[in-house]
Amino acid sequence: MSYSLILSLTHSLIRIMTSRRTFIKKSALATVGGMMIPNFLKAFERQNLGAIQTSEKVLVIIQLSGGNDGLNTVVPYRNDIYYKSRPSIAIPSEKVLKLNDDLGLNPAMESLRSLYDNGLVSVINNVGYPNPDRSHFRSMDIWQTASESTEYLNTGWIGRYLDANCAGINCIPYRALEIDDTLSLSMKGEKVKALAVQDPEKLYKQVSGEFMSKIAKNTSVNDHDNVAYLYKTLAETASSAEFLHTRAKIYKSTSQYPQGELGQRLKTISGLIVSGMPTSVYYVSISGFDTHFNQVNQQERLLKNYADSVNVFVNDLKQNNRFNDVAIMTFSEFGRRVKQNASGGTDHGTANNVFLIGENLKRPKVLNEAPNLTDLDDGDLKFSVDFRQIYASLLQDWLKINDKMILGKNFESLSLL
Amino acid sequence: MLQKHVQHLYWRAGFGESLTVVRAAEKHSAKQLFKKMLQDTEEYKAIDIVDLKEVIAEFRQLREMRELKKEGGSEAARDKFKDLQKDRKEEQGTLNTTWIDMMSTEKGVLREKMALFWHGHFVSRSLNPAFSQSYLNTLRENALGKFGDLLMAVSQEPSMLQFLNNKQNKKRSPNENFARELMELFTLGRGNYTEKDIKEVARAFTGWDFDLQGRFIFREFQHDDGEKTIFGKTGHFKGEDVIQMILEKKETALFLTTKIYKYFVNENIDNQRVTELAKRFYKTNYDIADLLENIFTADWFYDEKNIGTHIKSPVELLVGLKRTMGVNFEEQQPNLYIQKVLGQVLLYPPNVAGWAGGRNWIDSSSLLFRMQLPAMMFSGKENNISAKKDGDVNTEYQSKKRSFKANVDWDTFSKTILVKNKNIIEELSQYLLQVPVNETFKQGIANKTKNEAEPEGIKKATLAIMMLPEYQVC
Repeated sequence: MSYSLILSLTHSLIRIMTSRRTFIKKSALATVGGMMIPNFLKAFERQNLGAIQTSEKVLVIIQLSGGNDGLNTVVPYRNDIYYKSRPSIAIPSEKVLKLNDDLGLNPAMESLRSLYDNGLVSVINNVGYPNPDRSHFRSMDIWQTASESTEYLNTGWIGRYLDANCAGINCIPYRALEIDDTLSLSMKGEKVKALAVQDPEKLYKQVSGEFMSKIAKNTSVNDHDNVAYLYKTLAETASSAEFLHTRAKIYKSTSQYPQGELGQRLKTISGLIVSGMPTSVYYVSISGFDTHFNQVNQQERLLKNYADSVNVFVNDLKQNNRFNDVAIMTFSEFGRRVKQNASGGTDHGTANNVFLIGENLKRPKVLNEAPNLTDLDDGDLKFSVDFRQIYASLLQDWLKINDKMILGKNFESLSLL
Repeated sequence: MLQKHVQHLYWRAGFGESLTVVRAAEKHSAKQLFKKMLQDTEEYKAIDIVDLKEVIAEFRQLREMRELKKEGGSEAARDKFKDLQKDRKEEQGTLNTTWIDMMSTEKGVLREKMALFWHGHFVSRSLNPAFSQSYLNTLRENALGKFGDLLMAVSQEPSMLQFLNNKQNKKRSPNENFARELMELFTLGRGNYTEKDIKEVARAFTGWDFDLQGRFIFREFQHDDGEKTIFGKTGHFKGEDVIQMILEKKETALFLTTKIYKYFVNENIDNQRVTELAKRFYKTNYDIADLLENIFTADWFYDEKNIGTHIKSPVELLVGLKRTMGVNFEEQQPNLYIQKVLGQVLLYPPNVAGWAGGRNWIDSSSLLFRMQLPAMMFSGKENNISAKKDGDVNTEYQSKKRSFKANVDWDTFSKTILVKNKNIIEELSQYLLQVPVNETFKQGIANKTKNEAEPEGIKKATLAIMMLPEYQVC
């Protein structure tokens, strides 16, 4: 029996076993064949014994990098100040897809509106944090680490979620997956870091080459902590890649997703969710939202692609009876200034809107007040919802984990889910 | 000195050296080698690729065009505007790769290594390439001198005055950003000052600004000349006084020495040693070169527990590969791309606290990329990893993919390796790795490559050894 087969059996067992004791017995039997499994792999296998999820729920995070212009996404179509501040880029009110008496979606987001009409979308306005930073880097760091704007953390909020689920030896990277080639700070914990995987097959190829797999199955011969850490990371990567490789084969989405990175990545996620990956958080990011010049066309192209991709994703999951277990959160590191600039674009701003999509929303509508354009902070929107309140709700109510453990302090829950 | 010890010095005080240099150094003592390294830094060459006057003229043009555009503006004006902005970004890239080249080839490598340390310490970032260049040169010029001079000079850099908002720090509306980071991150460390001190220090730095030519200027009428109480002393302090007062505090010497020890020796610190080093650093009025000499020539620096413990930063890995193997890319773009994928782009530190370093560099994907990088560079292995775009229009130039092709003179390299006529794999791993490696790997590599003609066999063996996780530490 090949190791990968054992591994995949092991992982399948994890999902159906309710008793840890019976599992250990069976697992012991399974290795009686005199198989040689290197020690670290045994350790890794042991770690996975605890991989029973605390919640079957899945959170999908979509990051819009560059600072999406929230005011042209959720448009205050009855507000004169909006139209006065943006003479050449404001969305005409007749084109806006109305959500309520004050706000409506950008016309490019027809497919998101249909989700909204079906009670599957919460729109949260004025999300931000105290002392906002207008630098992409810094503000994204703050969102990803869930820090104050005055502190610098080296771990991300999803990373700390992984840490919190990793008591002692029970740490697995693929409890959170970033569908990308590189890993964001949000996904890095102290004890465990998530896995970045653009394409399970590509990752598998990287670790299954003759020499690479040989290295991955070895251990360092010296007692330097850092070298041991490198070997451990590699072993976990190889083992996770192998697991993903076998698991990803189970189901591949056949839905037609829109062209572009986001669609393809959501398609990968849908395949993994339906395949029953024991993954609680998926993370994707798309960029292009830094619209200092000629904003309108570019933003509409991006928003249309976003809305259409998400719509296909939702329907794909529905068809496979998994949508009930999935919540999708969309955010950007900041919104943009209320006034347009001289180049038909907008510059970096502060508070922004966040979308939450799912079947279990407690308040599937526009959740709070529209942005107040008369009470600005140096030309920028003031926040009324701390983004960490949203994180707290997702952690507590959806992923069923003590949010304070992850966020360091209590944030008033928004009762979203 | 042992080959391993020579390499330990060269990796930590620089970015490694070619095998020829290493072999020649073996007959010298650590003291002699360090002295030579220091001598080699004596000639200081400023980086001079961005013309400040041009940039200023450009900025003026940009402003004018912005005005023009407000009034309707022509298509041509808009295109010109875009071109100028593009040039400005590309200059940042050129500045970055120029520095990488200097690290990879200059004999005064100790200066560049120390400047890299200071870049992660005195973090600043500017969109103006002329300001970036000036800031970088200040770090390089003062890298090995007196810390007080460096601190003063970098605090007066337009890049810094902008980045930490001292430009906005005015009598009527003080901005505490610089004051806070000055004490928390640059000198004293947390716990050695009060919130009240921050407020008072901010007042002392009011009026520090720069003019249109990018020169430091003290704007008297913006300065708050009132009495301030800082660290328990009261007076009409100015910025210069505060810097002096900070240097007088022994905590500053301890804070800096601890950070330098962690960076150059071992992230697990030896308290007694650090305290001794800090005492002397303080006594010599913060002589940086003297501190480094005390570290790099001490016996304990060469203790087994300090060798091979440091995870190479992306820049150390990249420059190390180039410097030890004597290569350059056919294009400059891979230099930026590799930094971007691995998470350390020069002149774009993540935040004011700098790069976190150590294990923070390593995750599943960065490790796999690191392991495959030598093969991408030296044997045309295709790079199928995409750098994440951060969405900032100003940094798009960093994520462009280009060929990684770099040429190594394998003939010369293999002749150097073969010269002693010993076991090739043994020689290679001694040169390329600072920690011992599993014997079965060595045997496996030997078996795989023994029938190859040279230099092909040596090339393959080199790439295989560089793929080992052990290559990631020095």
